[in-house]
Amino acid sequence: MSTEPILELRDVHTSYGNIKALKGISLSVYPGEIVSIIGANGAGKSTTLMSICGIIPLKQGEIYYNSQAIHGKAADLLPPMGLCQVPEGRRIFPRLSVEDNLEMGAFFRKDKVEIAKDQEHVFDLFPVLKDRRHQHGGTLSGGEQQMLAIGRALMSRPRLLLLDEPSLGLAPLIVQKIFEIINEINRNVGTTILLVEQNANIALQTAKRGYVLETGTIVMEDDAKSLLNNPEIRKAYLGEA
Amino acid sequence: MLWLFGLLWPLLGIHPDGTLSFANAFTVWFYIFSATFLILVAVVFHKQGWLNWISHSSAAARARIAATYSRTPQWVWIAALALLAVVFPMFTGRYEQDVAINVLVYICLGLGLNIVIGLAGMLDLGYIAFYGVGAYTYALLSIHFGIPFWLCLPVAAFTACIAGCIIGYPTLRMRGDYLAIVTLGFGEIVRIILNNWMQLTNGPNGILGIKAPGIYFPSLADGFSIEHLYLKKLQFLYYVILLLAIFTILSVRRLNISRIGRAWEAIREDETAAELMGVNTYRLKLLAYAMGAVFAGMAGAFFAARVRFVSPESFTFLESATVLAMVVLGGMASIPGVILGALALIVLPELFREFELYRMLCLGGAMVVMMVFKPSGFIAAKRLGRRSEEREG
Repeated sequence: MSTEPILELRDVHTSYGNIKALKGISLSVYPGEIVSIIGANGAGKSTTLMSICGIIPLKQGEIYYNSQAIHGKAADLLPPMGLCQVPEGRRIFPRLSVEDNLEMGAFFRKDKVEIAKDQEHVFDLFPVLKDRRHQHGGTLSGGEQQMLAIGRALMSRPRLLLLDEPSLGLAPLIVQKIFEIINEINRNVGTTILLVEQNANIALQTAKRGYVLETGTIVMEDDAKSLLNNPEIRKAYLGEA
Repeated sequence: MLWLFGLLWPLLGIHPDGTLSFANAFTVWFYIFSATFLILVAVVFHKQGWLNWISHSSAAARARIAATYSRTPQWVWIAALALLAVVFPMFTGRYEQDVAINVLVYICLGLGLNIVIGLAGMLDLGYIAFYGVGAYTYALLSIHFGIPFWLCLPVAAFTACIAGCIIGYPTLRMRGDYLAIVTLGFGEIVRIILNNWMQLTNGPNGILGIKAPGIYFPSLADGFSIEHLYLKKLQFLYYVILLLAIFTILSVRRLNISRIGRAWEAIREDETAAELMGVNTYRLKLLAYAMGAVFAGMAGAFFAARVRFVSPESFTFLESATVLAMVVLGGMASIPGVILGALALIVLPELFREFELYRMLCLGGAMVVMMVFKPSGFIAAKRLGRRSEEREG
């Protein structure tokens, strides 16, 4: 692992009107690792990811991707740089076919042969998508939609993949499967993953390091293992008395 | 149904001059009741299974027709339709040709609006403004500079495109209902400018004396010369608009299946997600506006050339609503659907002429029934699903 972070946030502030959502977030992600951000509802997890992707403008602070400033950059310039997000609630295109959803992931790419190869790769990861390739995205089950959303993001060949609550609304068995695949993507392709989760247990088991977010500030940062064993975390996020 | 009767009851007996004659209304009532009764009887019989012999044979016939339909390649149907469109004016009179020209103009408009609404998913209620811009562009160029129609056509498309960008630019950040209201406002602004800018547009009096489209053709009458002919005959005008409509259909189809078309649909489905996938939503939405406006501008130029008179009255909100109704009725994002929608909304009122006063009532009723039973339009867009299957071969 190199010492140069692939993603670095420095004192990031954002707000929705008068309501401050992020009050000075600083974090870094190093190439090849899986990092989790855990926190309760409204802690600012999704806002953090949306700020990184340029959907929500920053009030203050800096974001660096590969030592290049990306704050203030238009959102559509980031996927070509290898930074792609799987947004919360999946947000696939419901009335486009599965195949077209995947092709939208490769929208900025022009290399047709490579795109076809990547599509095969996604179908290998998620065989169920291959069976349903002509179905509309909206007709898939929740788990399949999550797979489609991840597959769509993979089509852009990301070097850093941002995942926003991949476990949202899914049955435990499916969650297990999704996280296995997340691990696989990280291991086989070497994609760096920044994971935002409410399901702290599985997120910390998957990740190498973790950040704990509370009402717009980072209150804790540690190895995922130590966070899992931290009594305060266990009490607040893992439901132990 | 009772609710409808309640609504219709006073309408049928009250005359505009204030007199009441409910006797007349009773005959209408009688027709309605007997029709309802017949349908009811048919439904009861059907439920009892007494009509099975009819439904069975008709189902078999339908299956056979469907089989023949799917066996014939698609181009045969398209060619047949095109042939029908080409020979149409040879067998019909002025009235039919006039209606047909109207239909074709609205097909152009509907397909243009379909880009904005059906593909990019932006509800535009001021679409007719671009039609007006196109019409006035040709009218002014023709009156003041005598520039021929064919040269003005791209110019009209261009000015409409600029107007589209001007209207599109400030509205890009808006979504849904807000966008609809703002475009509605812009549509009205354009109409009011046309109405009040006396020096340029001659205000509500309109512009008279616009030239019809012309063609050059070689003549061998006395020596070789090239002669110019204004296409004032309805038949020729029909071919001009047919050409324009075919051009519109082909280009919209092309856009539809292109990368841009898919990006538009992604924006319609989920704008933020599209942005996260690297789609420049800003530029593509502006492009959708501009492309929609281009087709409206061309249709507008033709309109000015056909009627040879333009006035702001032709570009009211009602027109926008009509085009919108065509797109929704026919089936959003589906080209044959929009064509059928335009056909229905122009031809049906003509057919209902016999009902005189109740003409619009019939049309409205037909639309309500239509939307209740086929909410996604006559020909729902099979869209990209079909395209993927094609690719698989």
